[in-house]
Amino acid sequence: MMGTRQQPIFAPGPAAPGYDFDALIREDKVHRLLYTDPNIFALELTRIFGGTWVYLAHESQVPEPNDFFRTRLGLRPIIVVRDRNGVVRALYNRCTHRGATICRQARGSAKAFQCPYHGWTYHNTGELAGVPWPEGYPSDHHANGEFNLVQVPRVESYRGFIFGTLNPDAPALVDHLGPARRPVDEWLDRNPGGKVVMREANRMKFRGNWKLAYDNSGDGYHVVFSHRSLLMMENRFSDDDGKGMAYYKQQPDAGPIKIHYLGNGHHFKDKRFTLDQRPGALWEIEGVHPGMEGYEAALRAEHGDDADRLLDLAASVPMNINIFPNLLILGNHIQVLEPLSVDETATTWYGTAVVDETGELNGAADAINALRMRTQEQFPLFGEVDDLTNFEEIQAGLAAEEDEWVYMDRGFGLPERFSEADGVISGPATDEVFMREYMKAYKALMTAAPELAPTREVRR
Amino acid sequence: MTRAANVNPSVSSYYVTDDFYQALVEAFTGWDRDDRAIADPAVRDSCRAFLEREARYLDQGRHEDWLALYVPECAYWVPGTADRGDPRREITFSFHDRRQMEDRVYRLATGYAWSQQPVSRTVRMVSNVEAFATDDPDVVMVRSNFQVTEFRDGDIRLWTGWSGHRLRRRDGGDWLIAAKQVNLIDCDQNIRNPSITL
Ligand code: FES
Ligand SMILES: [Fe+2]
Repeated sequence: MMGTRQQPIFAPGPAAPGYDFDALIREDKVHRLLYTDPNIFALELTRIFGGTWVYLAHESQVPEPNDFFRTRLGLRPIIVVRDRNGVVRALYNRCTHRGATICRQARGSAKAFQCPYHGWTYHNTGELAGVPWPEGYPSDHHANGEFNLVQVPRVESYRGFIFGTLNPDAPALVDHLGPARRPVDEWLDRNPGGKVVMREANRMKFRGNWKLAYDNSGDGYHVVFSHRSLLMMENRFSDDDGKGMAYYKQQPDAGPIKIHYLGNGHHFKDKRFTLDQRPGALWEIEGVHPGMEGYEAALRAEHGDDADRLLDLAASVPMNINIFPNLLILGNHIQVLEPLSVDETATTWYGTAVVDETGELNGAADAINALRMRTQEQFPLFGEVDDLTNFEEIQAGLAAEEDEWVYMDRGFGLPERFSEADGVISGPATDEVFMREYMKAYKALMTAAPELAPTREVRR
Repeated sequence: MTRAANVNPSVSSYYVTDDFYQALVEAFTGWDRDDRAIADPAVRDSCRAFLEREARYLDQGRHEDWLALYVPECAYWVPGTADRGDPRREITFSFHDRRQMEDRVYRLATGYAWSQQPVSRTVRMVSNVEAFATDDPDVVMVRSNFQVTEFRDGDIRLWTGWSGHRLRRRDGGDWLIAAKQVNLIDCDQNIRNPSITL
């Protein structure tokens, strides 16, 4: 049974009857059912979280052979593991026997997983290693791999970001990311060695559909309203110092900040143009955080003029790169969305740290990271909570059945606001063009009905 | 670059240094040192009364009074991992210095913190209060269990855990909080609307 194209274990049918996605997704608005209907959510779990590349884990979560990290692909319980040969796999955390999860730790290291229920054991490649008292079966369960764990057939990584898809016809990950690679590269390359590692997270969830968070990810329109309390707090020591998001005051669309739609649902908000191109410019616009004056003084005393470069690494970079459907890179954060149900979503804001493998930071890495942990905590705690409340209140508002539409029409019908080059559409900071465009990509996926091909074959 | 060299901890954070973190992390260990448990009921009573007052101020929304219970160069630390970790090396649930505690209070008072509009109603239970001596006769470490019942938006939910308070005796015999560590039993889980003060 282990051909190159395995018989699909699960083949979703055509779009559930009654759903016409052309009717639900218009050019300037989408229907409330996209956020409230359990059947549409169920379809998303295969067409989106399965049918396209979905972010699963970061390589720093599985750095060594045999390391594993438990997560989900849609609602499927998944173990991302670097197997004993160093191959990164995404195994279904689901015993072939009767379905129990075989891994119940959030992360760790294991050469094999033994199911706690009846003791079936699997190598960390997904291959069945043994069943207790095999003489009780008429044939050898090991014989042709049909009792191996199911695994995600395509797992690829781009510069540390591990993605998986169940769709054998999806393009290669690099092509799927397309123009989104450039900002991701730039985001990474400012760090020593061109990489970061995750260091725990601010973990939250909200009672709302996952797309409410994706709609928000490039939204420059909400900032001064939804984050009003944070902006007031940030500016409580000065009348107008231009810090942080205060930049959005006055006429945000007249400034240099642009939203760029990058194709395949991805988009990018670039706020770096507000910066001077010199060391220390980033640190100067950082908000206030615990320890910043003390650590800065110590770094300046020890590193002199080089301290500006080092301090910039503790500051959040004003980039906001959103990889559809669930990876949101912003500041120094790697934010991951996980749909839990049609109206509940987990949002995990992983903090990142720098690593200095070549000594280019002259021993300052620990100090940089001590600052960098604090610069990353403020926004989730004092900013994101207000957005999450607004998402929940949208979900509550959408209970009104007769008021059907959710508008994303800001900028629609004003072509002079946009430019287009190499497939990238660019518009003013507060424009909703990225929502209209990602919804087109969403519609294409929801109507594509790919043949998903999870496999028990241990490839690679 | 010039930041005003004002060392008032309400406007700057010169005191949160590597040494400060190191001492903080070390201070919140040793809860297994039964030999340091303070048997004197008068000390335990005064600690308990002080913790109850802190809980009441928070329940009553008296945030300025709550801030006044802390020494100027204080720390408020809610670890994000069950082993508590080192805040220099990992993201916490929250880690505030004096200035950021005041930021928190300021933000809630703006009236535009939507996560707290309307404001949650809370009732806090504090129990199992035990005091432990330190090498400094004016400093005790207090361990207590807590449960905060939060009512907001039609729902009641619970925040449960234990707190460590590093208390410093001030002139006149009462206490001030040098540092507080709040250990939620679900600190490493995704938690809805984490906006109340613990
Ligand atoms: S369910 Fe796993 S061995 Fe039976
Ligand atoms: Fe926001």
